[in-house]
Amino acid sequence: MRLVRNLIGSPEGAIGLGILVLLALVAIFAPVLSPGDPLSIAARPLLAPFTDPSFPLGTDRLGRDVLAGIIHGTRTSLAVGIAAALAALAIGLCVGLTAGFAGGLVDEALMRVVDAFQIVPSFLLALAFVSVIGASVPVVVIAIALGAWADPARLTRAQVLSIRERDYVASARVIGMHPAEIALREILPNALPPVLALSAIIVAAAILTEAALSFLGLGDPNVVTWGSMIAEGRNVLRSSPSLSIFPGIALVVTVVAVYLFSEGLTKTIGRGRLAA
Amino acid sequence: MSTLCQIRDLSVTYRDQPNPALAHVTLDIEAGGRLAIIGESGSGKSTLARTLAGLLPPRTHLTGEIQWTGGTPPRPGRDLGFVFQDPSSSLNPVLTIGEQVAEGARQHLDLGWKQALERAQDMLERVRIAQADRVLRAYPHQLSGGQRQRVAIAAALAAKPKILIADEATSALDVVVQAEIVALLDDLVRDAQMTLIFITHDIALASGFADRVAIFKDGRLVEAGPTASLLAAPAQGYTRTLLQSHLDLTSPPLVEEAAT
Repeated sequence: MRLVRNLIGSPEGAIGLGILVLLALVAIFAPVLSPGDPLSIAARPLLAPFTDPSFPLGTDRLGRDVLAGIIHGTRTSLAVGIAAALAALAIGLCVGLTAGFAGGLVDEALMRVVDAFQIVPSFLLALAFVSVIGASVPVVVIAIALGAWADPARLTRAQVLSIRERDYVASARVIGMHPAEIALREILPNALPPVLALSAIIVAAAILTEAALSFLGLGDPNVVTWGSMIAEGRNVLRSSPSLSIFPGIALVVTVVAVYLFSEGLTKTIGRGRLAA
Repeated sequence: MSTLCQIRDLSVTYRDQPNPALAHVTLDIEAGGRLAIIGESGSGKSTLARTLAGLLPPRTHLTGEIQWTGGTPPRPGRDLGFVFQDPSSSLNPVLTIGEQVAEGARQHLDLGWKQALERAQDMLERVRIAQADRVLRAYPHQLSGGQRQRVAIAAALAAKPKILIADEATSALDVVVQAEIVALLDDLVRDAQMTLIFITHDIALASGFADRVAIFKDGRLVEAGPTASLLAAPAQGYTRTLLQSHLDLTSPPLVEEAAT
């Protein structure tokens, strides 16, 4: 609770958190805000924005409501971004914790795998993965997570290496705690803060990757996403640039909000560490 | 008194180190006794403590033998408690005091969390921490150095071990708090008839309450014996040097005051 209060105390944290909460509300209440299928044809095609009050942002080439698309796209963007970041963090934390705590051969082997994943450009990896397996939301999530877990793994391992030599870990060993319990209860909570700060950046990157995949036509064709809307508008970029601009603005706002939130989080955690 | 542990010709060499940290040590530890292990930094006294507690880093080379009465080495936590030098680093900053003190009791006394926490409150009261119920929910950074060391002692003793190893447990504290902690350890050990192995560089502090002392230098045991006879008639030159180097208020100042 104190963390949240401190987070709101910093301007970046407050703005970031505010926008994210708003976006989350939009995502949750999308069916209420804009009932019906956002992919269905609603009006005359290429209606200019701000001309018809029932379609404030106009319609696209097929006559689909742009505002409805943006509202429903929030769902995909946030869900994919957060799910991918969670998956990447879960894999990264497990691998980093195991490598750092076990040491020796296990550490060497795991870190070479991490190296392998860091060497391959993550977007290329996601692209290859989705084009081989086929586009659907879970596959896109896994594809993004595959390219993002190496950084948290490396960071966690570095933290664990330093923490496992602390006296309180020796003191847990001398109390007779099981190694797995030491790793999860004594080491992990202390290794977490810098990894959490990294997590927001992973969310932002995941949202951008998802948009890029959709832009290239590798997103799930059955859900509306900001990336696919931008791609859709590309064909009429000269006559109706607004089709690409509005989802682009939504994307920018989301990513900036996530960054501001992470900035606030990093500062808050840093301050907490100083106070401790 | 019976012997708790016989150390025979023990040598310990850390990985990638040319010289042993502990060389050819032969020492008997008596059950129920209070043994002070005295030596300067790097004399191998902490290595001995960590060897006894099974805390040596992996791939440390060990020769000689340690024979425990009863055959098996003491189980960490259950039979043996360990108090570290610096309580600000031996307590986990993200766990509450209650969780850390209760842990040993929960592991070894087959208690549920609730009973273990009650036991922890008991222990905190025994190490004379005021408002134990509130401290139970506090985090280590909210306590003073002396309080933290009391908490560390409570955590080490939560599972009622028979042996307590205190590795420089008072060195990070100021002199007044030091005396309080030593008196507390003395009381607790006497009450529970535990074996105390007290590791220190301060010969005066140790001679105050230990039955036996063992003097270490450069990884070797210089001499060992009952406190009174060893202090009255040290057989080795090094012990005499140690005794002479002890400073108190009657010692001449180390730095002559500049004439004003």
